[in-house]
Amino acid sequence: MEGAPLSWYLILSAILFALGVAGFLFRRNIITVFMCIELMLNAVNLSFIAFSHKLNQVDGHIYAFFVMVVAAAEAAVGLAIILTVFKNRASLAIDDVSSMKY
Amino acid sequence: MSEFYTATDHYVVVPAIMLALFGCAVLLFDFWMFPQARHRKYLLLVLIGGEIFTGVHLWRQGNFLSAQGLSELVAFRGSLVLDGFSLFFNWIFVAATIIVAIASYRYLEIEGEHHGEYYGLILVAQSGMFFLAAGTDLITLFIGVELMALCFYVMVGFLRGQKRSNEAAIKYLLLGAFSSGLMVYGFSLLYGLSGSTKLSVIGQAVAAREPWDPMLFLAIATISVGLLFKVSAAPFHMWAPDAYEGAPTTVTAYLAVGSKAASFAFLMRMYLGPLSEGRPTWEPLLIGAAVLSMTIGNIAAVTQSNVKRLLAYSSISHAGYILLGLVAGNQTGIKGMAVYILVYAFMTMGAFIVVVALRRKELIGEDIDDMAGLIHKSPGYAVLMLIFLLSLAGIPPTAGFIGKYYIFLALLETGHYVLAAVAALYVAVAIYYYFRIVRSMFVSEAAETPPLATTVGVRVALAVTGVLTLVMGVYPEPFLRLAQSSLTR
Repeated sequence: MEGAPLSWYLILSAILFALGVAGFLFRRNIITVFMCIELMLNAVNLSFIAFSHKLNQVDGHIYAFFVMVVAAAEAAVGLAIILTVFKNRASLAIDDVSSMKY
Repeated sequence: MSEFYTATDHYVVVPAIMLALFGCAVLLFDFWMFPQARHRKYLLLVLIGGEIFTGVHLWRQGNFLSAQGLSELVAFRGSLVLDGFSLFFNWIFVAATIIVAIASYRYLEIEGEHHGEYYGLILVAQSGMFFLAAGTDLITLFIGVELMALCFYVMVGFLRGQKRSNEAAIKYLLLGAFSSGLMVYGFSLLYGLSGSTKLSVIGQAVAAREPWDPMLFLAIATISVGLLFKVSAAPFHMWAPDAYEGAPTTVTAYLAVGSKAASFAFLMRMYLGPLSEGRPTWEPLLIGAAVLSMTIGNIAAVTQSNVKRLLAYSSISHAGYILLGLVAGNQTGIKGMAVYILVYAFMTMGAFIVVVALRRKELIGEDIDDMAGLIHKSPGYAVLMLIFLLSLAGIPPTAGFIGKYYIFLALLETGHYVLAAVAALYVAVAIYYYFRIVRSMFVSEAAETPPLATTVGVRVALAVTGVLTLVMGVYPEPFLRLAQSSLTR
């Protein structure tokens, strides 16, 4: 990180994270929403790595690995659940998955 | 035993490892040794074996701590800790897992689902809960919460062929993963401002900052939102009614008790540990969340016709009451939270298991109308349900009263008179909707329905939860001592 200061990385991470949150809130396709969650987790990884480099430690790197593992496990479980939803409804629009109402 | 895995580390972590191994063992037995239907009960025995092992080990750990006069035993260089708090919550998890598992057998038979995967997932989820109760490092806590949540995503969607179960799973998955993302972003900021993932080091760094430092504020805000999602407090409760309604009823019981108790353990570790110096920042957030939870939980429950959904809203309002203990923040309040979680665990589990017993091959049995005339057909179940509902409403001499008593006492001691008045008002609303179920059971005409699906497991589970709900209300001293022991952190 000789060239760019820490704050640039943090701002990039915050922008990516905000994009993920915005996509989660406004997109209407389950797969896209799921990808937005992955984007949020990757923004978190970027911020961990940037801090870790700045602090000259490995803790942040290790945390990023754990986040990746969790993201992979979540993708496996998530896609399996999305598959069962698709089998039962033949649709991936969030608005179609709303049989339970108050 | 090496430098990285000492005898102490092993002693502290072994319950979690064994739970995960027993979970894998159930899956392997299911696959290799017991594929036939008549062997299914052995899978349940493996699960109970795992729980007995865990229970014995927790017992020895507790005795070791008191014999050595230690208040805590730190393992893995401060990543895990064995103390009264972790032991207290782990006992709740053991009790919840055994009770849910023995009540599940017949339910799974009726739904025609696999037993091995179910018991395996329960055990692995409990292993995650262990890390939530015992973790003192952002990594262990994050892995614990994800291990637990991933198992729950699958269990909520366990009835693959049912639209309702799929829908519950996808909603829980998306909102759960979103909240984890928010929380871990907050963790990255905490790491950045303290240079460590250890809670103790973070606590010092937080104390050194100004209370309104923007980075600290962002960290506390995102972590708070994530935690409030996990404990299903309003306004982050949207997933709870759908997940509770769509999930298999036994999973709902485990979700409402195990997952919630573990999430509260996590929440208390964060707010009473590293974030305690940030109280001016998070206290208004928690007051808002607690009042909103009580309002939305109690008001929305009034119009529900599905018992599971009604209990889901009631569980949201209970989260509000428990948060009030943290808002009060004195010794009585923290003890009140522990007592409330203990009491809540047994009464909620009992109420859901009555709904489990109402599920028959021909009848889903989740509507309030399905309980009509229960007193004439199965008086025992009706009386037990009455006890659980009285306890949920907080009426003496049941356990729920003791839980609410300490929360109110703490609020009055710390001068939160308005909050106490609001909380008391909502108790009155709660009595109204709990008594809709009671009226249906005791007053309405009985319809022609098949007999209840009773097994030894369901009966034992109901007897244990029912007796404990009464005993805690009549003779609370030993349970209060237990809760007091959790405060020695």
